[in-house]
Amino acid sequence: MAIDTTTDLQQTVEDAAAHLYVWSLKDIPQDLRDALRNAMETETHKVGKRILETINTNVSVADERQNLVCQDTGLAVYYVRLGELFPLHPARIEQALREGTRRATLEHPLRSNTVHTLTRVPTGDNTGHKIPHIHWEFVPDWDGLDVKCIPKGSGSENMSFLKMLVPADGVSAIKRFVLDSIVGAGGKPCPPGIVGVGIGGSADLAMHLAKEAIARPVDDVNPDPDVAALERELFELLNETGIGPMGLGGDTTVLSVHVEQAHTHITLNPVAVNYQCWAARRASAHIFSDGTVDYDREA
Amino acid sequence: MHHEITFPTDEAAVREFRAGDTVTVQGHIIGIRDATQIRIFDKGVEPPMSLRGAALLHTAPNVRKLGEGRYEPMCIGTTTSARMSRFTEGLVRDHRARAIIGKGGLLPEALVPLREHGGVYLAIVGGAAALETTQIEEIEQVEWEDLMPECLWKFRVKDFGPLIVGMDTHGESLYENVQVEARKRLEETIYSRL
Ligand code: SF4
Repeated sequence: MAIDTTTDLQQTVEDAAAHLYVWSLKDIPQDLRDALRNAMETETHKVGKRILETINTNVSVADERQNLVCQDTGLAVYYVRLGELFPLHPARIEQALREGTRRATLEHPLRSNTVHTLTRVPTGDNTGHKIPHIHWEFVPDWDGLDVKCIPKGSGSENMSFLKMLVPADGVSAIKRFVLDSIVGAGGKPCPPGIVGVGIGGSADLAMHLAKEAIARPVDDVNPDPDVAALERELFELLNETGIGPMGLGGDTTVLSVHVEQAHTHITLNPVAVNYQCWAARRASAHIFSDGTVDYDREA
Repeated sequence: MHHEITFPTDEAAVREFRAGDTVTVQGHIIGIRDATQIRIFDKGVEPPMSLRGAALLHTAPNVRKLGEGRYEPMCIGTTTSARMSRFTEGLVRDHRARAIIGKGGLLPEALVPLREHGGVYLAIVGGAAALETTQIEEIEQVEWEDLMPECLWKFRVKDFGPLIVGMDTHGESLYENVQVEARKRLEETIYSRL
């Protein structure tokens, strides 16, 4: 009986992953649609406005034609919240997410981007060694499973930055690093998008946090008021730079800034930036212990 | 200013364009990418289709094969141009291509061959592939299929755009202008408030 439950649940998670990957590529979340529309309405720069109009038209065309919003199907990244009482082991969940990614790629079919880093030989199915990458969060006293899929395009991922500041540099150096990174990135990451900032921890944790930050809904605010204030400040300053849509000038350089933080060593002050382009694709599934699934575009 | 233009075209036509103008393209566009240009320039292989007067697009399209040498567009988007900057001189000087369409801009040094030999860089809205695909009426010709998807693609297009003149034949780059202005704002009004 226990074996059956495991097999069935694993299949459910696999099917959910396959669905999420394709769905996220075609149907972007409402908060992102609202942000893109709002940006189009408020942009005062002529070229910037024209670009934002085109982006909004593109979203509608993808809806009408059931086509991908952007051609880059990315690297599939999953964010998993796993309840302590959910009756499927993480090892099985990992297998299911990998198999779902592979199936979606071959069955739809989707462009496969995954290659061996040294030989550059493609795998052909968007999976590979340690790919898809999974972010885990474990939740005590809960029997559910949340899976969020974010296909991460290379244009924006190439605009990732890490700096090991020293504590004496303070918060102002963190802000300056974020500003310099985004100005330097210019039009390459397809702005306006979501800037993810990770502060604290170690080098790897800072970048991990920056990646968690870009997974949040556009209008989401960090519950820590100090962190929320930093998000707000960076958002306003970045939009004063004038980089604009596609780096061709305008008021809208970013749609939002999300900051995630961890405690750090007394002599460390790491800051990491991860960029998510305007095509900030994202889709989630809430999976219950009885195998029912609620798909959720907004989580 | 807005320009309607049919490619292939001549040098005089693109010399009219100024950085910041918008452009809509009719006629034909040739798709190329890294591997295509490596074959032309690094391996010295003559391309089996003429690039004279052409608009070139930095792309590796997602297509469905219909039959021998025949493909249907599924999702055609545009890739980042900067890494292909070094081919600009050969494209405009030796092959007389007149426009390079991509996203993010070419490196500033590409302004020199664009000015000397008469070529422009046209910025597409990056990531807007669903729309771009509807503007491609047909894939008329495919060469070098062994490089799939980085073949030489001849697309017949209708109302392709809007494109923005990112770099013109007068030495002007909209990307550079925006960068210079952004750095000025950082220095003059932003850093002091951090
Ligand atoms: S950066 Fe984003 S929007 Fe631009 S091409 Fe890549 S995935 Fe698409």
